[in-house]
Amino acid sequence: MSDYNFAYLDEQTKRMIRRAILKGIAVPGYQVPFASREMPMPYGWGTGGVQVSAACLMPEDVLKVIDQGADDTTNAVSIRKFFEKTAEIAVTEKTREATVIQTRHRIPEEPLTEGQILVYQVPIPEPLRFLEPRETETRKMHALEEYGLMHVKLYEDIAKHGHIATSYAYPVKVEGRYVMDPSPIPKFDNPKMEMAAIQLFGAGREQRIYAVPPYTKVVSLDFEDHPFDPSKANHPCDLCGAEHTYLDEVIIDDDGGRMFVCSDTDYCAERQALGHRGRLSPSNDLEKAAE
Amino acid sequence: MYVAVKGGERAIDNAHAWLAEERRGDVTVAELTVPQIREQLALAVNRVMTEGSLYDPDLAALAIKQSRGDLIEAIFLIRAYRTTLPRIGHSHPVETDKMACDRRVSATFKDVPGGQVLGPTFDYTHRLLDFKLMAEGEVPKAAEADPRLEPTPHVTSFLNKEGLIQTEAEGDEIPPDLTREPLELPANRALRLQALTRGDEGFILSMAYSTQRGYGNSHAFVGELRIGKVAVEMDIPELGFAIEIGEVELTECETVNKFAGSKVEPPQFTRGYGLTFGQTERKAISMALVDRSLRSKELGVEVSNSPAHDEEFVLYHCDNIQATGFLEHIKLPHYVDFQSEMELVRKMRAEIASASAKEAAE
Repeated sequence: MSDYNFAYLDEQTKRMIRRAILKGIAVPGYQVPFASREMPMPYGWGTGGVQVSAACLMPEDVLKVIDQGADDTTNAVSIRKFFEKTAEIAVTEKTREATVIQTRHRIPEEPLTEGQILVYQVPIPEPLRFLEPRETETRKMHALEEYGLMHVKLYEDIAKHGHIATSYAYPVKVEGRYVMDPSPIPKFDNPKMEMAAIQLFGAGREQRIYAVPPYTKVVSLDFEDHPFDPSKANHPCDLCGAEHTYLDEVIIDDDGGRMFVCSDTDYCAERQALGHRGRLSPSNDLEKAAE
Repeated sequence: MYVAVKGGERAIDNAHAWLAEERRGDVTVAELTVPQIREQLALAVNRVMTEGSLYDPDLAALAIKQSRGDLIEAIFLIRAYRTTLPRIGHSHPVETDKMACDRRVSATFKDVPGGQVLGPTFDYTHRLLDFKLMAEGEVPKAAEADPRLEPTPHVTSFLNKEGLIQTEAEGDEIPPDLTREPLELPANRALRLQALTRGDEGFILSMAYSTQRGYGNSHAFVGELRIGKVAVEMDIPELGFAIEIGEVELTECETVNKFAGSKVEPPQFTRGYGLTFGQTERKAISMALVDRSLRSKELGVEVSNSPAHDEEFVLYHCDNIQATGFLEHIKLPHYVDFQSEMELVRKMRAEIASASAKEAAE
């Protein structure tokens, strides 16, 4: 597709995005406004992430794209194909082999390493948005480090429900300064955000980019007597037996029978290849059939 | 045995093939051509150009064909294409008083210099289905008049001679570009007008309507509505002077609102402004009303809490490509988040159940 520049965006636009990324890395957790472009996929489909990835990709990069932890969900396939077409770069499903990973709603289970970039797709970058709808107000609140409203909200949750009633997009404080929306990842993934890789967040429709540099302190908001709890389904994976991974619940029959499987498909497949087995693994079926 | 759902790629390819087939429809019916759409669905083409921010009737017609007549989808195609175009330069401001008007009406004066020209309007048609159009029919030729050669002055300029209308400050500052810089508030008027021109016709219409119904106290008159072609001129650095590079059809609307005066201003009329591509007068009038409504603060008139007075509300929600994208994205997979919500709801239900069981036992 030689009609378009490498990775679709023209170099001027990439430069503008890279400047926003650098500013974001320099001020961890701060939302940098950027002149988001209309991309050939709709807002809400990851246009922010796509623009950030396009600005980061070099011809020698290896790209992985996941949605809900899986490489073959339709939108992950679509975005991966977009970059295969417009940047002709190598792609992979292996977390370890990727240099750039674009994600929606998950952090891979495999710990990321130095030199990798994790690009998040962000729908609403403003963690205070549902407490205060006005952008002009929330920007002021960040500038003044005025986060009382957020703590009151979390407190009211506990008073009303006995728990902080947020299970995904759970707010974090970055390097002791900015309260940041980690994008709609399950709170199970929050502790992974202190990592060796660079984390970049792109919100296309809302025209914001923000970043967490490697080894940056990322604290999920909580109270001393109600510490943060990165909970998950209380089951092992039914395919690979993992007890430490985030699980999808899959309904398998009309009676509401269900099974739990790793949401990170690459991680699960690798464990199965290493011989790990779960309750409903194919090999267990075979063993049962043999009995 | 459970096998994780695979095959997203094949599903996408098949869906695209099916979509192409559906777009074509019954192959025994002749296929629409792009020129047919451009010529016979011109008002749809105009809307796509206006909200797509690209003046190209052929591409807009192509987008309408490709989108199966879904105009927001067509606008989206044009916007995405626009992203890839280099910015060569910018034109001089167009001179709308030199417009060759196909239509020009003023509601505030019975007659005006330059005359009232009704033009090709639906205004006084009776909305009766014309069954003759079911068969192809030739159209009788409409009467023609000689085109007016001299400029057509703006109606508001007559009011201005008397000082009856607020004077717009002259300014030669370079207006910001909504498509190249992020929207940051407060926005100046040039930026607001850009957003309104690109904004969804339905949204702008309803916002304008709300100001007429009492959500924001303003009563607007159409001082003037004009539709026609204007020349676009651009400085060519190699030549050292400006040349005409083409012409565009525009709809321009200036509305007039009464203003009872303030401590610093005498009673006078204030203005709202709308400018759109092609013949798109519903949009241009709506835009002028919303423009005026968003100017309340700077004009020093009373500001209510009405949505149409709220710059942030209007500017952040008027773009249909942003709105439809975010709205429709909720059909994408969200099962990871939903899973975490289920865990939380189960946990909370279990706690309530055990608490009430404990209560019952006591």
